[in-house]
Amino acid sequence: MYLQLYWGFFLVGCFSFGGGYAMLPLIERLISSHDWMASGQFAEIIALSGMLPGSIGTNAAVFVGFQTAGIAGSLVATAGIITPSLILVVIISKFFKRFQDSEIIEKAFYGLRPVVVGLLVYSAIKFAFSLEVVTTISIETIYFIIMFIISLLLLIYKKIHPLFLIFLSVIGGIAFL
Amino acid sequence: MNSNIRILIKLFFTFLKISPITFGGGYAMTTLIELEVVNKNKWIKKEEIIDVFTIAQTLPGAVAINSAIFIGYRVAGLLGAVISLIGILFPTFSIVILVSLIYFLFKDNPLIKAAFNGIGASIIALILYAGITIGKSAIKGKTSLFLTILSLLLLIIFHINPILLIIGGAFIGMFKLKHKSVGEEGREIVTTEEQKAFYKES
Repeated sequence: MYLQLYWGFFLVGCFSFGGGYAMLPLIERLISSHDWMASGQFAEIIALSGMLPGSIGTNAAVFVGFQTAGIAGSLVATAGIITPSLILVVIISKFFKRFQDSEIIEKAFYGLRPVVVGLLVYSAIKFAFSLEVVTTISIETIYFIIMFIISLLLLIYKKIHPLFLIFLSVIGGIAFL
Repeated sequence: MNSNIRILIKLFFTFLKISPITFGGGYAMTTLIELEVVNKNKWIKKEEIIDVFTIAQTLPGAVAINSAIFIGYRVAGLLGAVISLIGILFPTFSIVILVSLIYFLFKDNPLIKAAFNGIGASIIALILYAGITIGKSAIKGKTSLFLTILSLLLLIIFHINPILLIIGGAFIGMFKLKHKSVGEEGREIVTTEEQKAFYKES
């Protein structure tokens, strides 16, 4: 069990190009392949991870570890997700002075980054459809969609701080009651 | 020896202090790291910190954590890297554990449920926005747009493993595409306007 957690999150750590949000589709895949929790519960974990300080991906790893195997589980999952970072950063700062200028790396990223964009869009869709408010159509669903559109516009045009946006959305959610 | 330990302690507390402020991987975090690491402690030169952030964004994993490891390693070797890592992880780790304990006591409360519906809407927007930000530098021309759409379709229809998709993308980039130089603009994964402005000012 611990080994599965460690190895699973180790792989997430290896392939999550593009920061914390890019970890989400990988973690989702990991959980569904091991049946660690229901997709509704995963949605709650993502929401919690996003509203707390720290990288959303690493936070989610702590939550998933905790849910599957308690405190020890969350330690193991966290260790798994950060090990690749530790190894790669040390190797690169030791051996490649100008790593990011190497042509092969630049080429790899030229193909890799569009895939990451696809992954993130997919991740957003998947997250949306794991929420009860989206899957059961009601007046609340319309309210939810409006809140989503406003959030996206605030991010794109106002560059609103994520924390402030989440704070606003809590108020928005409660206001519907 | 004594001064080594003092540096390690300093590294630990510097990242401990930065950690709770790293919400949503925001650029407030990079600004804060620069302030602490370059201006206050003079561990790394101003020109070098941009490299640190670029590499931290290029490598897999969370940007804040990669930066902490990188800076720790530069300042005090492997031990420094581990200490900085623990420093930046400890507060957020504790908060997450605490919140998950509290959350599962109150999760059926209607007020909490309503709040979560609200948060759900903004989280979807945040994930999409992360995609848009990366997309601005990643999608240049037909080939990259095609790759994005192709990977989205493969995910939706065939539920293909994201790891395979990432490896595939990297291989296509390395061997198949006639490489057009993406140059300065395209190299960084995330370069927002504010970040550019910030580096220009400094």
